[in-house]
Amino acid sequence: MRMPDTSEILLQVEGVSLAFGGVKALRDVSLDIRKGEIRAIIGPNGAGKTSMLNVINGFYHPNRGAITFKGRTRAQMQPFEASRGGIARTFQNVALFKGMSALDNIMAGRTLKMRRGLLWQMLRYGPALTEEIEHRHRVEEIIDFLEIEPIRKVPVARLPYGLQKRVELGRALAMEPDLLLLDEPMAGMNLEEKKDMSRFILDVNDYYGTTIALIEHDMAVVMDLSHRVVVLDHGVKIADGTPDEVKKDQGVIDAYLGIAH
Amino acid sequence: MADGGSFDTFPKLLLRNAAQFGNGPAFRHKDLGIWQTWTWTEVAGIVRAYAAGLQRIGLQPGDTIAIVGSNRPKLYWTVMAAQALRAIPVPVYSDAVADELAYVLAHADVKFVAAQDQEQVDKILSVSDRVPHLRKIVYDEPRGLRDYDHSRLVAIHDVIEGGRAALAGNPALGDQIDEIIRQGEGSDVSIILYTSGTTGASKGVMLSARRCIDAVTDTVRFDRLTENDVALAYLPLAWVGDHYLNYAQGLAAGFCMACPESGETVEQDLREIGPTFYFAPPRVFENMLTRVMIRMEDAAPIKRRIFDYFLGIARRHGESILTGKPVPVSGRLLYALGRLILYEPLKNVLGLSRVRVAYTAGEAIGPDLFAFYRSIGLNLKQLYGQTEAFLYVTCQPDGEIYSDTVGPAAPNVDIRIAESGEVQFRSPGMFVRYFKDQAKTAEALTPDGYVKTGDAGFFDEQTGHLKIIDRAKDVGRLADGTIFAPKYLENKLKFFPSIKEAVAFGDSREFVCAILNIDLTAVGSWAERNNIAYGSYQELAGHPQVYDLVTKSVEEVNRSLAEEKVMAGAQIRRFLILHKELDADDGELTRTQKVRRGFIAERYGPLVTALYDGSHEADISTEVTFEDGRKGVIAARVKIRDVQTIGAAEPFGRAA
Repeated sequence: MRMPDTSEILLQVEGVSLAFGGVKALRDVSLDIRKGEIRAIIGPNGAGKTSMLNVINGFYHPNRGAITFKGRTRAQMQPFEASRGGIARTFQNVALFKGMSALDNIMAGRTLKMRRGLLWQMLRYGPALTEEIEHRHRVEEIIDFLEIEPIRKVPVARLPYGLQKRVELGRALAMEPDLLLLDEPMAGMNLEEKKDMSRFILDVNDYYGTTIALIEHDMAVVMDLSHRVVVLDHGVKIADGTPDEVKKDQGVIDAYLGIAH
Repeated sequence: MADGGSFDTFPKLLLRNAAQFGNGPAFRHKDLGIWQTWTWTEVAGIVRAYAAGLQRIGLQPGDTIAIVGSNRPKLYWTVMAAQALRAIPVPVYSDAVADELAYVLAHADVKFVAAQDQEQVDKILSVSDRVPHLRKIVYDEPRGLRDYDHSRLVAIHDVIEGGRAALAGNPALGDQIDEIIRQGEGSDVSIILYTSGTTGASKGVMLSARRCIDAVTDTVRFDRLTENDVALAYLPLAWVGDHYLNYAQGLAAGFCMACPESGETVEQDLREIGPTFYFAPPRVFENMLTRVMIRMEDAAPIKRRIFDYFLGIARRHGESILTGKPVPVSGRLLYALGRLILYEPLKNVLGLSRVRVAYTAGEAIGPDLFAFYRSIGLNLKQLYGQTEAFLYVTCQPDGEIYSDTVGPAAPNVDIRIAESGEVQFRSPGMFVRYFKDQAKTAEALTPDGYVKTGDAGFFDEQTGHLKIIDRAKDVGRLADGTIFAPKYLENKLKFFPSIKEAVAFGDSREFVCAILNIDLTAVGSWAERNNIAYGSYQELAGHPQVYDLVTKSVEEVNRSLAEEKVMAGAQIRRFLILHKELDADDGELTRTQKVRRGFIAERYGPLVTALYDGSHEADISTEVTFEDGRKGVIAARVKIRDVQTIGAAEPFGRAA
């Protein structure tokens, strides 16, 4: 696997804490994501992984701490600001428009890139049409990239789970993100689907140069895919480093296997 | 209208088409969701540049270049560019496993390989140490290949652009390419097609340009194909059928070859392109019909009634109307109404609306299946051919169609039946010889120059058409001397929707037994309707009720065999349903999906023994190859059923 070319930091999370009432989801967590890398966030159930992703894309607002994305620091960010800024994500349980075709779902990912107003688009004429053709072209490239040509026009509700996940990845890619957040991209997949998805994640990173942060439970997948891994446990960061370093870390082993008291 | 005429090589035909049809479409390919079109002029230009590019990287006249991949314009252009340089293209089945690929590449002494994508490139690289002459691999799709060592890899796009630049920079080079095309002779070997290997190692069938063009000229005239026709080029590149029907006929008639977006989208592409010339093996027609029937079963009752009613009308009058026989006025009117309401919309859904000529071949087609398509107005015909003939040996002319014959001799083909019952022919397109195999060549030819087909057949007295019963060497006899034609029985079995594959045993045995595969789509849907739960193919295949269902079909076959005097003794007494589907990856089927009887008998030896020793179940464990190439073992206990035979024959194993 190719290592990212730069050590330039794309996203920096500093001293973030997040609490829901008395439950402390994240406690003073700091981590960085370098441009071009695949960064994994792992940890046992309830470790705060999804909370971390939600903080990064502005869905949750941390009680304390700051997030620096592409050089701009802010304590709070709205989800739409995050996506406009170039952060796209997929969800743990697929969040697609079930009644719409795979094509339309991916097209929806282009919404933020559309420049023409509602009126033009309703007329579907002139500049709006030119624009739509251009967006469709990008979407078709993604369809080709993810090898989902046969299901282009199929309503996603009729697709098997593995393919739905792929369509969701396609929608996130349609935003041409700088940072792609994947929340358990292989959850519930069989071995073959996992292999396919792993290949697509590597290809996305390689071909589009997209920086990827992912949460995953399958350790084999994490260790094979990612350049660096951060480990959370009960909202606290307990390890951070390359897959090999993390694997040997006593704290991580204890968190996963439990310690004799 | 055009045909091969006086042109004796394909590159010359290409230039003729560019001059004659200029802006007519030559190729279409769906890319990024849109059908891209190349005209004959454009293709001629691209092929010229491609040839120049290939020459620059070292392709010489007489060299062989393998082509591995699915139907892509760039791969067809590789064939054209190679032929333009008087090099010899060797297409290889894209689903061939590494060993098969290594055998063909090494046997054909290929110096160059044109591969479709990373998957094929990986496969070639993995066997490259077994292909001593290999110099360069050119590829179509660059995806995933960026980090590969490019000392031996070049994108086809770059080869073409390199050639184009060289042509622009050096006018003399263009003349040189044109000169090579002009020098091309009809006796040049225009292609080597490797047989699918039903019988042992595959053989390289060498075909000459002149003979290829003579053969297609005849059939282009026979079916009146013109530059206005369109074909969907979806058949395997390495199969004689694709090279003949699409490539050679396309060049001779000047019609458009449309390449599907991918193997999985063929159905949709078929509807979008609406071909006028269509070929599909019986299997494809069968799948189409099965899908329609399954969907109709879920339709509203009123729709089902309309469907059934008009199919009844079609069954009564459709064939007669198609062949131009007299039909009562009321029948014509009802049929016209049926066309409006059912037949045309149905053909439209299947993508067959514009088809003027459709062929099927390769296997026997079920009479009901055949009649169905003809009755809704599809001009479906049968042909019989083989690679050694460059396809056509016989074909049915319009208006003389029978489901159990393959037609009279194709134009300019001589056929005779040898004393052994074997069909032998001489044809315009017949092969030159097998590549590097003098012994096999001598074996395949009679002293007076006829090709032995290895098929047993006879001419039907009423129609004058040829009927093929089986491979000559497979026709055997039961212990009591009754004729045993396994394929004949297998085909009868396979005509039932629930049976997908059948393998019959009986040569030198006392009675006939069969190993069957159920059809997962048909039986699965039947199981759903009858509330039969199953978790896997294996479980469904072993289900007692499925056995009951299949038993009925086998008894039906026995009943029909009982009516034929010669065959009555060859009724099926025992059968079993195999726990897994027969698969080409496990060597049980050929790449063209024909069963390899001998191999199966060996692999499932314990089951065959059990069929004959009277036991009612048997254990088997076999190695299987998964889609990703890994191997595993499947073990199962398979049940065996006895079947009632009709007539005098005593049912076997009653006491067992």
